[in-house]
Amino acid sequence: MIRTIDTAGMDFTDLNRLLRSWEGDAELLNCLGQRFIGAGMGKRKLSIHGIPGNALGAYLNGAEIKVFGNAQDAVGDTMNAGTILVHGSIGDTAGYAMRGGRIYVRGSAGYRAGIHMKEYKEHIPVVIIGGRAGSFLGEYQAGGIIVVLGLHEDGKPIVGNFPCTGMHGGKLFLRSRCEDIAFPRQVTARAAGPEDLAEIDPYLAEYCAAFGLDKASLLDAPFTVVTPDSANPYRQMYVAN
Amino acid sequence: MPGIDYFYPEFEVVRRDERCIRCRVCERQCANEVHRYDPERDMLISDEAKCVNCQRCVSLCPTRALKIVRSDCRLRENANWDGDTIREVYKQAASGGVLLSSMGNPKPLPVYWDKLLINASQVTNPSIDPLREPMETKVFLGKKPDRMTRDAGGKLVTDLTPQLELSMPVMFSAMSYGSISYNAHASLARAATEMGVCYNTGEGGLHEDFYKYGPNTIVQVASGRFGVHEDYLEAGAAIEIKMGQGAKPGIGGHLPGAKVGPDVSRTRMIPEGSDAISPAPHHDIYSIEDLRQLVWSLKEATGHRKPVIVKVAAVHNIAAIASGIARSGADIIAIDGFRGGTGAAPTRIRDHVGIPIELALASVDQRLRDEGIRNNVSLVVGGSIRSSADVVKAVALGADACYIATAAVLALGCHLCRTCQSGRCNWGIATQRPDLTKRLNPDIGSQRLVNLLTAWKREIMELMGGMGINSIEALRGNRLMLRGVGLNETELRILGISHAGE
Repeated sequence: MIRTIDTAGMDFTDLNRLLRSWEGDAELLNCLGQRFIGAGMGKRKLSIHGIPGNALGAYLNGAEIKVFGNAQDAVGDTMNAGTILVHGSIGDTAGYAMRGGRIYVRGSAGYRAGIHMKEYKEHIPVVIIGGRAGSFLGEYQAGGIIVVLGLHEDGKPIVGNFPCTGMHGGKLFLRSRCEDIAFPRQVTARAAGPEDLAEIDPYLAEYCAAFGLDKASLLDAPFTVVTPDSANPYRQMYVAN
Repeated sequence: MPGIDYFYPEFEVVRRDERCIRCRVCERQCANEVHRYDPERDMLISDEAKCVNCQRCVSLCPTRALKIVRSDCRLRENANWDGDTIREVYKQAASGGVLLSSMGNPKPLPVYWDKLLINASQVTNPSIDPLREPMETKVFLGKKPDRMTRDAGGKLVTDLTPQLELSMPVMFSAMSYGSISYNAHASLARAATEMGVCYNTGEGGLHEDFYKYGPNTIVQVASGRFGVHEDYLEAGAAIEIKMGQGAKPGIGGHLPGAKVGPDVSRTRMIPEGSDAISPAPHHDIYSIEDLRQLVWSLKEATGHRKPVIVKVAAVHNIAAIASGIARSGADIIAIDGFRGGTGAAPTRIRDHVGIPIELALASVDQRLRDEGIRNNVSLVVGGSIRSSADVVKAVALGADACYIATAAVLALGCHLCRTCQSGRCNWGIATQRPDLTKRLNPDIGSQRLVNLLTAWKREIMELMGGMGINSIEALRGNRLMLRGVGLNETELRILGISHAGE
């Protein structure tokens, strides 16, 4: 059974306490900036109408969250499993240190999306951003897959400055030739081939199904894939003393 | 230019051949491969260049045939250019690398604990004999209410925010699984449980075998968020956000891929062989408001049932920083002084960054009192606490509890050779090599830690009793119980104490 909660004027501690008070699914109406919604939440479904506050789905542990609106900073911070679907855009540091699950965003993302994302065996986190991403995308990326589709229409570049700084694992896909984007020295950026695209195909299929997009026309464009040159980028810097 | 980079070894192996029975224990015990048996000459020979003076061979030689001495072949040193400084230049000229060291700051900087003296009762206010009288060493860490409140029926409201209960004001501070061995973690966890205190996972995650020690475990969340997930957060008695570490303030951590074997990989939840890089800052924390967000996200994720600790290194503006943390929703502030240990830190950072914990503690405690927010948080200090006397002095300066780590690894057999970063710890502590880790028996290790804390607890009681104090709570921030020796006016003012004789 789905419980509907009108969150207008509700404090985040009260809202989150209420959400922890039973196990079932919930629909939140008139959400306006309440933080930490779904923090650590296991397998439940949450749909949110309005704009959830910072740290939506932090440490998420299997829940499915749908946001019909924008979301603020730190979406899916240290997320372990589950899905966060955002029909609008999101703020900064989405998916910080995320280890598993999916964050699918129809719009754009702010600074530092996917920073320090990591993977472990079957836990492979995936972030797909429909529009563009801000600076420092995938900084320290240690695993998982980040895809930026560039479906935005404001004419700005698909990614801001300094993507992939400190990257030492995972893959980053940009739906662009990336000719005027400067990547750091310790990564390789090349045109994505059919094998690369096959790897993200199931995620793109999910993404397109969720947002009513046509996958074939999405794929009918050049993609660039970025991978790190080494899983041990800093090894040579030290001398024992 | 051959020859420039050769140094006569720092240590010499002295082997008394008339005692040596060629049992080859030294050869088998030395992971640095200093000792080698030469069958043609039927004798053991040494390559001193590899010796780190960890004393493993000395300790295990059955006939006491071995000793390690510091070499007297010295460079022509002077007060400005000592041997280490010269050798460091050579090392960097040869390699181009950043110097990497282990354990705490070895420089001869002031140890204020040794310049503080504790009071005792004479004639008036009689001392208390802990052998006969009850003495309370239990402490509760966490936010304390400002005032008593009563409900509508006039009953006292006793809802407290979550507290960490410790049988004595000492905990084992953060050392990750990865930087130290499985058996070292097992020893710490078991000893903490037996003693009713806590140990700390560090940021290496919590091994599946150690979840059962959860009530005596502090789980750490650092910038790399290794091994952090819902079950991990729920497992601990408290959650510690690591913002900084005394041995390396302002920089992150870096576990080399070579140390990320199958078990460490599983616990940290990263692929085998991959470097575990913790960035210098948490990249989502650039302000006290951001810190507040992480504190509250952890509280929300664990239903407000766990106290949250924020650990910072002692740096110049520590009092203002602590004031911010005390307003962030954190329940406990842990401050780590510049002599704190580490499994690996750049030498220059370890030796030159940060301030002494004694001064940091005194200024933080005073600042929080001045601002009327001292009860918002408990204060835990470390880096370095070496004895029960240091604990008593720290409590008198305002600490609620202390963190120890170097003393704890010494109890496990560490001989402070300060080469943890090599991963070849002959005592089975700072290594992941199975042939070395098995040398540390957790039955014995945990017992030695229990012995250490038991002895310290007894000594704390005796020092308290001598002062006529029967509860550690009555000692906290009681700076009248301290006097300084050989300290200048500024030092005395910061410490908030009088000089001996005053």
